[in-house]
Amino acid sequence: MRFPLLALLAKGPAHGYELKQALEQRFGGVLPPLNAGQIYTTLGRLQRDGLVTDDAVAQNGRPNKRVYRLTEQGEVELRGWVAEATPGTRLKDDFFIKLVLARAAGIAEPGELIARQRAAYLQALRELDDVAAQTDETTSLLVEGAALHLEADLKWLDLCERRMTNGSDRW
Amino acid sequence: MVIVARGLTREYEGGVKALRSVDLEVPDGEFVAVTGPSGCGKSTLLNLLGGLDRPTAGEIELGGRRVDAFSEAKWAHVRRREIGFVFQFFNLIGNLSVADNVELPALLAGVSAKEARTRRAELLETLGIAEHADQSPTRLSGGQQQRVAIARALINRPRVLLADEPTGNLDSASARDVMRLLRTMHDERGQTIVLVTHDARVAARADRVVTMRDGRIADETRLDAGRGDIAATVSRLMQLGV
Repeated sequence: MRFPLLALLAKGPAHGYELKQALEQRFGGVLPPLNAGQIYTTLGRLQRDGLVTDDAVAQNGRPNKRVYRLTEQGEVELRGWVAEATPGTRLKDDFFIKLVLARAAGIAEPGELIARQRAAYLQALRELDDVAAQTDETTSLLVEGAALHLEADLKWLDLCERRMTNGSDRW
Repeated sequence: MVIVARGLTREYEGGVKALRSVDLEVPDGEFVAVTGPSGCGKSTLLNLLGGLDRPTAGEIELGGRRVDAFSEAKWAHVRRREIGFVFQFFNLIGNLSVADNVELPALLAGVSAKEARTRRAELLETLGIAEHADQSPTRLSGGQQQRVAIARALINRPRVLLADEPTGNLDSASARDVMRLLRTMHDERGQTIVLVTHDARVAARADRVVTMRDGRIADETRLDAGRGDIAATVSRLMQLGV
């Protein structure tokens, strides 16, 4: 949450509620519901680390409203985040662990596990495709990414199937 | 059942087995996708079901009667009236107009010129290419040509539409378009469709996906339509983390 907030503040100072709204507006379809507390906690940490500062605006009869803005150090951090490639994330796969261990323990046929997994991926692909046809641009672009991952997962299941069900006992 | 295949086997000279005892039943109004890596036998299966090739062993029933032992002449009759074909390449006749391409199979099947015109107009309308009726298909984009090919395949109101990699030669937007139209033909007209594709995303549009490997059916799965609730689907399948 740190860097998304810094990135939003790069457009100009804003108070916490505006930041929450901006996130929801851009990613509403694909974000879990945000709670305001999460945003304020993060802003507090950013402030402690010297990356943002706040100007308190007095409000009649209510607590001061805090308007946050980036510090110079915050801008440097943000530029570093933008300039770095984001690490790939597809190296964790719970299914693969299940497949290898269930087979080793003799408690499941790899072919059956793979068939079940293939059905689940195809079903997900079907539903994503339905979504892609009727959503906003941001969500639809993300859906395309998820669909491509699923297609790769399906190809990889084919590979697992070929290597694990050809009578080899390497596994 | 529109199609029942039992023990369908196709062995080529030299002993290469393209298909090994495949059983498949396709009920009326179903949309089935057959998928699998190249060489798995999916196109061979489709060619046998459509009478474009003959099995080495096994039975095929179409609309409740055995057709596997039909002569070529009898098969030609069946293909013309009861089966629609769509292929990766559109195989349209360049020096005939779109309208004539679509009407031709109807006229060959003995449908009156008036009836052929009516059916053609309605199909071109449904498929969104009515405005191109008088043009040569060679002037159309790949996606539009495939729509013409779909209209031609459906003009004789076949029991089953057999489609072999119908999106294989299209860009992804046209491919999606063609799949949407096939879905429409299935959802609104109850058209029975058997579609062969190596593309999982295309296969995922069907009601049932049959996966083949080494000439056999490896597994199959039935798919549910999306539940319509976009937000719920998205949050279940791919939440962004921030």
